[in-house]
Amino acid sequence: MSTRDIDKMPKKSPFSFQIDLQKFEKATDEEKRQQDVMSESVSFFKDGMRKLMKNPLAVGSIIALILIIAMVIIVPRVVPYSYSQIITVNGKRDKTAANMAPFEYSEKELEYMADGGEVFPHIMGTDELGRDYFVRVVYGTRVSLIVGIFAAVLVLIIGVIYGSISGYFGGKVDLIMMRIVDIIYSLPDMLMVVLLSVVMREILSVDKYPMLQKIGTNMLSMFMVFGLLYWTGMARMVRGQILTIKQNEYVLAARVSGAKAGRIIRKHILPNSVSVIFIAAALQVPSAIFTESFLSFIGLGVQAPMPSLGSLASMARSGLTEYPYKLVFPAILICLITLAFNLLGDGLRDAFDPKLRR
Amino acid sequence: MSETILSVQNLHTSFKTDKGSVKAVNGVSFNLDKGKILGIVGESGSGKSVTAYSIMRILESNGSITEGQVLYKGQDITKFTEKQMREFRGKCCSIIFQDPMTSLNPVFTIGMQLKEAIELHTERKGKEAEARAVEMLTLVGVNEPEKRIKQYPFELSGGMRQRVMIAMALACEPDILIADEPTTALDVTIQAQILELMQSLQKKLGMAIIMVTHDLGVIADMCDEIIVMYGGRVCERGTAEDIFYRPHHEYTKGLLRSIPNVDRIGEKLVPIPGTPINLLNMPKGCAFCPRCENAMKICIEEQPPEMQMPDGHFASCWLNVKAEMEAQKGGRQ
Amino acid sequence: MSKETASKSEYLVEVNGLKQYFPVKVGFMKSLPLKAVDGVSFAIRPGETLGLVGESGCGKTTVGRSLLRLYTPTAGDVFFDGERVDEKSITHMRKQMQMVFQDPYSSLNPRMTVEDIIGEPLDVHKLYASKGERRDKVLELMELVGLNAEHATRYAHEFSGGQRQRIGIARALATNPRFIVCDEAVSALDVSIQAQVINMFEELQEKLGVAYLFIAHDLLVVHHISDRIAVMYLGRIVEIADSNELNENPIHPYTQSLLSAVPYPDPKMAKERQRIVLEGDVPSPLHMPSGCAFRTRCKYATERCAQECPGLTDRGNGHQVACWVK
Repeated sequence: MSTRDIDKMPKKSPFSFQIDLQKFEKATDEEKRQQDVMSESVSFFKDGMRKLMKNPLAVGSIIALILIIAMVIIVPRVVPYSYSQIITVNGKRDKTAANMAPFEYSEKELEYMADGGEVFPHIMGTDELGRDYFVRVVYGTRVSLIVGIFAAVLVLIIGVIYGSISGYFGGKVDLIMMRIVDIIYSLPDMLMVVLLSVVMREILSVDKYPMLQKIGTNMLSMFMVFGLLYWTGMARMVRGQILTIKQNEYVLAARVSGAKAGRIIRKHILPNSVSVIFIAAALQVPSAIFTESFLSFIGLGVQAPMPSLGSLASMARSGLTEYPYKLVFPAILICLITLAFNLLGDGLRDAFDPKLRR
Repeated sequence: MSETILSVQNLHTSFKTDKGSVKAVNGVSFNLDKGKILGIVGESGSGKSVTAYSIMRILESNGSITEGQVLYKGQDITKFTEKQMREFRGKCCSIIFQDPMTSLNPVFTIGMQLKEAIELHTERKGKEAEARAVEMLTLVGVNEPEKRIKQYPFELSGGMRQRVMIAMALACEPDILIADEPTTALDVTIQAQILELMQSLQKKLGMAIIMVTHDLGVIADMCDEIIVMYGGRVCERGTAEDIFYRPHHEYTKGLLRSIPNVDRIGEKLVPIPGTPINLLNMPKGCAFCPRCENAMKICIEEQPPEMQMPDGHFASCWLNVKAEMEAQKGGRQ
Repeated sequence: MSKETASKSEYLVEVNGLKQYFPVKVGFMKSLPLKAVDGVSFAIRPGETLGLVGESGCGKTTVGRSLLRLYTPTAGDVFFDGERVDEKSITHMRKQMQMVFQDPYSSLNPRMTVEDIIGEPLDVHKLYASKGERRDKVLELMELVGLNAEHATRYAHEFSGGQRQRIGIARALATNPRFIVCDEAVSALDVSIQAQVINMFEELQEKLGVAYLFIAHDLLVVHHISDRIAVMYLGRIVEIADSNELNENPIHPYTQSLLSAVPYPDPKMAKERQRIVLEGDVPSPLHMPSGCAFRTRCKYATERCAQECPGLTDRGNGHQVACWVK
């Protein structure tokens, strides 16, 4: 090769530095091995959690949710009012305590306090019947959360079972099962809820089942609709995941080892789809809460006097101009919960979804 | 004497990842002469593809050239603005990739993709561009080019698609063609066709080629000059004969011993022990040291300097320094 | 097609007329059979390595999988140690016939530790009495393939490609099989690691007497490791011979061009050799040419080649070729 630019570049002459002749002896294996370090063992889960914690939105959402749950648990013990309790002062009903603004006191309460009594402040005011609004909002949050999570769990269970059977067996089984899903998917959910609640009311005459009266036939029908209709999205997604995982060679390797279908699903397919299912479940919760709020808003949700965020918002519609806070508080909470779960779900997906890994 | 058309000097490229900085290229220098075929050979993690992408400056968003120069006809490409780079790419230097399936846009016909390249860099537009596209397809040996122009990538076979890629790359008659593992995804018989095509095009059009691959067989067949890379550094550079018959770096020697060769069938392969380097944890000294059987203490601590060998090629290995010192000592005595 | 009638002891694996068709939808109600494997016959002796080469789409991977009954063959018989392989017998035969896969990244379950991955065949066939015994067996296997015992509790994704492939091999060896199908087992590895794994295959064969069906597309590697080689084209074997014999004296035109296309890592030899470059592309297996599948690219093709498909005929020395002309 001809001499050119880079060859003419000033090179460190090998003899220009103090050469320790001893250094030219052979390196021992130990010295070499020190350079070859294997990084510490991380399981898939730990690795994902580490990534999740680096995501500020996800961490923020987790904190927000923890705070909300804490509020739901602690507040009813601290605040001396119950959600259906109409404010009484000295044992007498206080008609003037209706529709108070936050931190306002009614006349009778002011008198009471002047006399030396203690009145727990109404942090969010009161509603039109004189019930403490803060407690109602907190209870409403609790109801919404419980409904949301239960509905999500219901959808999760049905969807996962259905989707994994359909996905694993494929062929005709898959074809039929997916066509059923298509049909169910096309049924109008609002209509179903209304019809079911009417039918439920007829069938389950309320006297016989006092437990049901508390929940209300509306709620029951809402759960039934969730169980009947809303699992389809989850089933499709799980099926898709399973189809993808089935392609992997380790499933084939398990077959070559002699594993039967049950073992393959249990040990290979489900563990690998867990992260995706988990993420989908996390994203189901806000959707369920929102649906419940919506149904309560239009009057098909929980029965009075049990509050839910949606029914509170609905009742706040009248008198909106005069007491806007009555809508603002439940609305903020709905938004906060929905946003927190959505961001958490997104964060989980970024951290755990194998497709997004490098 | 041939003219140097591209000179890479002390190139350093690294990527920012959430696990730290990955130094993919660590001080690579080489020259490319006009009309010659240079091979860059190395395994995964050697930095060969990143070197090629650095020259074209098509690194991913978290990658950047941290040091060094790439001189094209005297001008430093690393300092070009985006506008200047757009002129450079395609017209002065173009690249073909490994997987023809994903490098062609599936929603456009072959004709549209070829025309795009032609219209961007030459004066031809419309019908003229189309005529040139047909010309290029004929040049690369695609049969029935008028018909093919209207076809979509999925209608063509792998070998055909790679030919189209080559046609697109050469449509503007660049001085340099970079081929990044162009035949790795192809069958052996198709590979032979494509390599032959590249050689004949090179003779016809006179462009220089940088061939990046891990396949020593392809390198031996095609390349005039070769550089061997490991861990982002150049181990050895020289002509094909220098590298294959007179290797002076332990890695090159190890590679040659570990591949089955026709004249050594039946002989046991001598593998290189250990595992390929982890670019997140680069050793202080020679990158190959942990796997080298003849490693010395100095190899652990200092990077070896590049030295010229008696026959003219260059290698970076402390063993050569040792040999030189002993020769000098012997001479003095 | 020459049937090799063998006594029970001579051949470990015998394949006769294996056919594997996959139905592919081409129209509304129409489906055409994709003839991935169209009548393949060969036999492997205990401790022998048969290399199976061919380009993409020739069906070699399908042969390996049909052999292990991962697909139900459309036609043909497979005999293992003299016993026919079918739905019932496969369950106990699985201990004896195993497979190593190509992709070290997708062939190991990312959620399982190395110990569990290697131990799975032991679990399935209940080959141990206690957890301790299982652990011991797994560690033994890890040592056999050159893995560090302390890595047993790690997860697959922490290892390099070569190490993962070793894990896959250890898994295949767990049940002490006598026959392993190596489906492109070294193709996805770096060159310097390939040599390590190839050597390991050879050592294991010496030590344990395992027979291999070595499926690959890299002819130099196949030549190095195999005793005999079979060349496939579009679902059929076109030539089968001893490894050296095939390399020195290829008879079938496809084999000749295949061998001449292999790039040699040797500049002088590369310049001197004569290339036989085939024109055109491989026909689609959905529309196979009538008669000999290779005739569309063969320069010696005759009338007869279009009418009748040639079977494998013996040319002496165990060298069989399926060609009318040569």
